[in-house]
Amino acid sequence: MPFRMNGFVSGHDFSRAENHAQNGRALAPARRLGITFWIKTAQALCLAIAVCFSVGATDSSSRYNDLSHRLMCTCSCAQILGECNHVGCPNSAGELAELRAGIQAGQSDKEILDSFVGKYGAIVLAAPTTHGFDLVAWIAPFAVFAAALLGTILLVRRWANISIGKTQAATPAPDNEDPADRERREKIRRETGEGGF
Amino acid sequence: MAAFGSFALLIALALAAYNLLAGAMALRLIATGQPVAISPERLADTARRAGIAGFLAVTAAAFALIWSVFTNDFSITYIMEHSNRALPGAYKFSALWSGQEGSLLLWAWLLAAYGFVLRLTHKTDVKLYAYAGTILAGIQTFFLAVLTIAAPPFALYNGVIPDDGNGLNPLLQYPEMVIHPPMLYLGYVGFSVPFAFALGALMMRYPGEKWIKITRVWTMVTWLFLTAGIFLGMHWAYAVLGWGGYWGWDPVENASFMPWLTGTAFLHSVMMQEKKGMMKSWNVWLIFSTFLLTLLGTLLTRAGLVSSVHAFAQSSIGTWFVVFMGIVLAVCIFTYILQRSHLKAEHHLESLVSRESSFLFNNLVLLTACFVILWGTLFPILSEYVVGNKVTVGAPWYNRVAIPIGLFLLFLTGVGPLLPWRATSFKSIRRNFVIPTIALWATVIVCLALGVRPWKDGAFDYGNFFALVAFSISIGVFTAIMSEFLRGAGVISRQTGKNLIVSTWLLTRRNTRRYGGYIIHIGVVIVVIGLAGAAFNRNIEKELALHDTMSIGPYTLECVGFTQDSNLNYNSEYALLDVSKGGKKQFQMTPEKRVYLASEQPQTMVAIHSTLPWDLYVVYEGTNPDTGQPIIKAFLNPLVGWIWAGLVVLVLGTLFALVPPLSPATASLRIPASRPIPTEPALKGGH
Repeated sequence: MPFRMNGFVSGHDFSRAENHAQNGRALAPARRLGITFWIKTAQALCLAIAVCFSVGATDSSSRYNDLSHRLMCTCSCAQILGECNHVGCPNSAGELAELRAGIQAGQSDKEILDSFVGKYGAIVLAAPTTHGFDLVAWIAPFAVFAAALLGTILLVRRWANISIGKTQAATPAPDNEDPADRERREKIRRETGEGGF
Repeated sequence: MAAFGSFALLIALALAAYNLLAGAMALRLIATGQPVAISPERLADTARRAGIAGFLAVTAAAFALIWSVFTNDFSITYIMEHSNRALPGAYKFSALWSGQEGSLLLWAWLLAAYGFVLRLTHKTDVKLYAYAGTILAGIQTFFLAVLTIAAPPFALYNGVIPDDGNGLNPLLQYPEMVIHPPMLYLGYVGFSVPFAFALGALMMRYPGEKWIKITRVWTMVTWLFLTAGIFLGMHWAYAVLGWGGYWGWDPVENASFMPWLTGTAFLHSVMMQEKKGMMKSWNVWLIFSTFLLTLLGTLLTRAGLVSSVHAFAQSSIGTWFVVFMGIVLAVCIFTYILQRSHLKAEHHLESLVSRESSFLFNNLVLLTACFVILWGTLFPILSEYVVGNKVTVGAPWYNRVAIPIGLFLLFLTGVGPLLPWRATSFKSIRRNFVIPTIALWATVIVCLALGVRPWKDGAFDYGNFFALVAFSISIGVFTAIMSEFLRGAGVISRQTGKNLIVSTWLLTRRNTRRYGGYIIHIGVVIVVIGLAGAAFNRNIEKELALHDTMSIGPYTLECVGFTQDSNLNYNSEYALLDVSKGGKKQFQMTPEKRVYLASEQPQTMVAIHSTLPWDLYVVYEGTNPDTGQPIIKAFLNPLVGWIWAGLVVLVLGTLFALVPPLSPATASLRIPASRPIPTEPALKGGH
């Protein structure tokens, strides 16, 4: 049975849809078996993943490595602090020492990052923060993507409606059609029209 | 030679201006049909010939600059600032694009060369080529005006002429720098041609989609150059900058990536226009945007708007580019508004799940990626403007925002080709997607079992998570593509009785565009696997005295000596490291540090031993001033070689897609007359 994500079946597909609807009851057990198979497969897969996930997790942390990759070297080399490789770099050794000291003093990540920002300015952070105007940097890409995705889906659905309308207009129902057939067609159209995948 | 070069540039500017004005006038006269004394066709031909002569004039100017470099003519400021006597020949050649003026001259020369080819082949479609040639002349006039007025490459040095020049930036004294910038510029400049054709076709309300067929080769070749240029730049960064990576989301890297993304979107969506007459406005704006982004990239590099490691060639010509971009945008908008009725789609999409919609979503994701990169590049400026606080938008931001979008795009790479045109059915989805889906989830399980887990030291690890997703989707996509090959080859094999390998070859030759595209997708998959390897990079840094050792991964590095060397261009010191694996000596590496005499700037020369599973990457960082001991930093970078291998596949796929398919006569198969050819999608053609 041809289907479309937008849920409409064209007039051209009507007779096949109708036949399929009539055969639906006969195919039901086989289909049920198929669905059961896929559910079982999905369950097995989830179980396998869960087992793999639960093996080998550790709870020690490497905050030094993580934080050094969230900070920039301030010598204007435009490198991540943890990756700055200049021997004789005037800044990176001092910054790394400050970072180590902060961790050893038991400061939280936020306290350490705040102290760096206080000393070197916001430019020392390798990425914008998640508050104030900086939050816009994080939200905008996903907002634009979501809006574009939604817009595209709506546009495609509209186009599909236009296409179907054209097809239906091109193939009008015969005048001597049985009202029962017409009603059945409308019913199928209504049902498949809301269906989706 | 300076006078000759300047004069050649002036002549070129005059010829380009004549080409623009005479060409525009002729096309206007042809369009309105006004009777005039001179035949508009002859006027258009004189414009075309001016364009051809302009190529010779710009070539003369470029030759003059190269000649001046090789003859050490330090009376020219540009030569004095970017070359010196001891500079090796190949690098003297690359001095042409090492600075602001030279690189603009290279741009003008490449544009003139593209225009030269276009004007020579004008008989393909005289009127359309006349429009495209005139638009190219407009672009050329801008670049030559900048070269003549704002950034003259032959400006003479004020004061006593020095005996020697300042030398070439050490970062540029690396073999790839001889080919990386020209490749990139071939890509940048090349997009002017499809832009000119698109704008020209819109201006003249060109009937049908022939202009797309004409520009297809131009666009693909240009895209190939840009792709190769970007990858060569990555390799240069990897081998020269010495930080162990290849992509730092630097604004200039981003600037080259943005037109690549829109150009890739155009290459995909243009197929919809060819096959279905859809997305006409979209395609026109894609190519307009691509061209504008190439200009934006140049603006970002030149104007110093954003800080970059590529700031070799900054100056104040940003205003010129802003004005030119404004003019280009205004012309595009005006032409579009005037002629938009010509761009009405002949068909619309019929289903959300179809090949057409996959192209649309592919475009959506590519453009979102482009927006993300533009947003990240410009956000520091925006932040400073809005809240007066400049922030850094570095790799952590891009990794969180751009990588998920990239992975979604990779997913679509696998899904799209499996969907039929118009609409699909559950049956076809089940048939096409079951094996790739099984491959994908099997990879997830294998990766998890092998230790690629999305946590590290008890915390969620984005790097590992993205690597896991990237590996899994890559294998799923690879399986999907291979199943497409096998399905088509199976049909041919059944018809011809040939084995699968020969059938695959026949299949690919019969629809080079489609299967060339699949090969490109395989290349992308290989590149993504290579990129995902970065999640497992390791490094170690140590002071090494004589016969001290350090270990990383399976390798043990033993210091067997330190030495110094010098030549006319630079002094160097380097370490001799014996590398052993499993107790057996394998090879020797010699990481080096140079100090260039003319510029007195240091430069790292990384030693790299590349294998399929990983690269051993060793940096000589110099000596510790306190202890006098040399410092060695070693990296073990998994799968980096895959990135370069992926590029090779990608290039091969593009070349394959450019090859004309076998003609029906040569493609005839030994099919028994009694057996009809099945109408399998693989044989219907079209990607």
